[in-house]
Amino acid sequence: MARRFDFGYYCKEGVHSIFMHGFMSFAAVCMIVACLLIMGSFSLVAVNLDNMLGDLEAENEFLAYVDESYSEEEARALQSKIEVIPNVAEVLFVTRAEALDDFRLGREDNELLSSLPDDVLRDRYRIHVDDIELLKETSDAVKTVTGVADVNAAYDIAQGFVMVRNIATGIALVLIGILVFVSLFIIANTIKLAFFYRREEIAIMKMCGATNSFIRWPFIVQGMILGLFGALLAFLMQWGVYSLVVKAVIQSNGLSLVTIIPFSVLIPKLLLIFCCAGLLIGVVGSVLAIRKFLQV
Amino acid sequence: MIRFIDVYKEYDNGTKALKGVNMRIDDGEFVFLVGPSGSGKSTIMKLITGEISPTEGKLMVNGYSLNNISPKQIPLMRRTLGIVFQDFRLIEKKTVHENLSFAMRAIGASNRDMRKRIGYVLRLVGLEEKAHQYPGQLSGGEQQRVAIARALVNNPNMIIADEPTGNLDPSRSLEIMMLLERINELGTTILVVTHEMNLVNKFAKRVVTIQEGRIISDETGGYYHGEKI
Repeated sequence: MARRFDFGYYCKEGVHSIFMHGFMSFAAVCMIVACLLIMGSFSLVAVNLDNMLGDLEAENEFLAYVDESYSEEEARALQSKIEVIPNVAEVLFVTRAEALDDFRLGREDNELLSSLPDDVLRDRYRIHVDDIELLKETSDAVKTVTGVADVNAAYDIAQGFVMVRNIATGIALVLIGILVFVSLFIIANTIKLAFFYRREEIAIMKMCGATNSFIRWPFIVQGMILGLFGALLAFLMQWGVYSLVVKAVIQSNGLSLVTIIPFSVLIPKLLLIFCCAGLLIGVVGSVLAIRKFLQV
Repeated sequence: MIRFIDVYKEYDNGTKALKGVNMRIDDGEFVFLVGPSGSGKSTIMKLITGEISPTEGKLMVNGYSLNNISPKQIPLMRRTLGIVFQDFRLIEKKTVHENLSFAMRAIGASNRDMRKRIGYVLRLVGLEEKAHQYPGQLSGGEQQRVAIARALVNNPNMIIADEPTGNLDPSRSLEIMMLLERINELGTTILVVTHEMNLVNKFAKRVVTIQEGRIISDETGGYYHGEKI
């Protein structure tokens, strides 16, 4: 009975071919490592910035101050108008007295504050947004509501985070594009070399009636092994680099407000992404390399 | 069974290699295809193995129509053929046994099938003792017998031998022909492409002569006049 898929044979031939062309295999693995390491580094920067933005979003609110001439009832009546503005997630009314109490909190020793009249501050709304990137647009819209005297939104900080995240993502995408191309080129050349070395055997196989897939599989396995090995190596290096960065951030006073996601949280997803990317580069490189040789 | 019906072959560079070839080789036959260099013998070989397709005419090989064969069917068609080359084309770094198992593995044979079949084929070609030797350790005649064993190992309907004795001395050549004759007696169709007049004339077999892309004679128990034709 003929076997349809001789996995053992494909693996044996694939591994043999890797060692047969050691230098090219080494170069291919190095390129995959470089590609994935850069991809991983920029992605982790983007993920951490996203996480910080998420925190900012969760806490984020801006204040809308009500016109001083409005009574509390009139001020409360503005809530429904603010709630209908797009990107407004939650609206909380704060009376003048509550605002002053909040202001005094932690400043109990300040005699100057205790002597202030209860209506020194204005009624206000604490407004939470859904998307921090639209903070400016939302606060501008709130400002147009009749009765809202002013708004206080720290959108410069939010915009800063968004900009850094977008730049990191953009650089990562460009570098990934270039490195994926170079990795594919090197993998394809490694496989072509292996194919060229085995051209006599392949001619004999074809003459005996081997199918294209039978001929193709050992080369695909070779690409898969190179890709997977490169991915695992890149993952371990990424782990090391990330740990060093985390350590440096923790020890740095200037960066004490920066929160970094622990690597242990990222391991499953990152490992999966690295392995998939490595395998994909390996398989696509192999298929591209041998496609035209199998046409006869 | 092979059928050429009015087959023409013109290459991309304009060379007209075959000009209306009609030929039929039935199962169990032993046929010599002879002719001078450039007569179209190699083109016929390439057409039969599916390396090229005819420009015009109909071509059938062991039940496959090669005019409209799909790329996926070509390997299946090739499994019905065993091919022997002048330069043996053995894998030097593999032993005799490994060369044969390599050919069987290429069509997905199981280890059990390989063990059974390789032993039988090596006995048939008289190389049972040399199973674990490398091609470089064998004489030219022995290497060609390995090539024949490899062609035979997948149990094809037909063996096509392209100048199988071209690299051998006369006595080894005769041995190879006698081996092919024996294989033919066991039921396998044999097509030998050659231009060795003396060898052809030692066997009273069917001789198809091709010249300038046309078949000029087809005689059973025929006689080949070599380049003088």
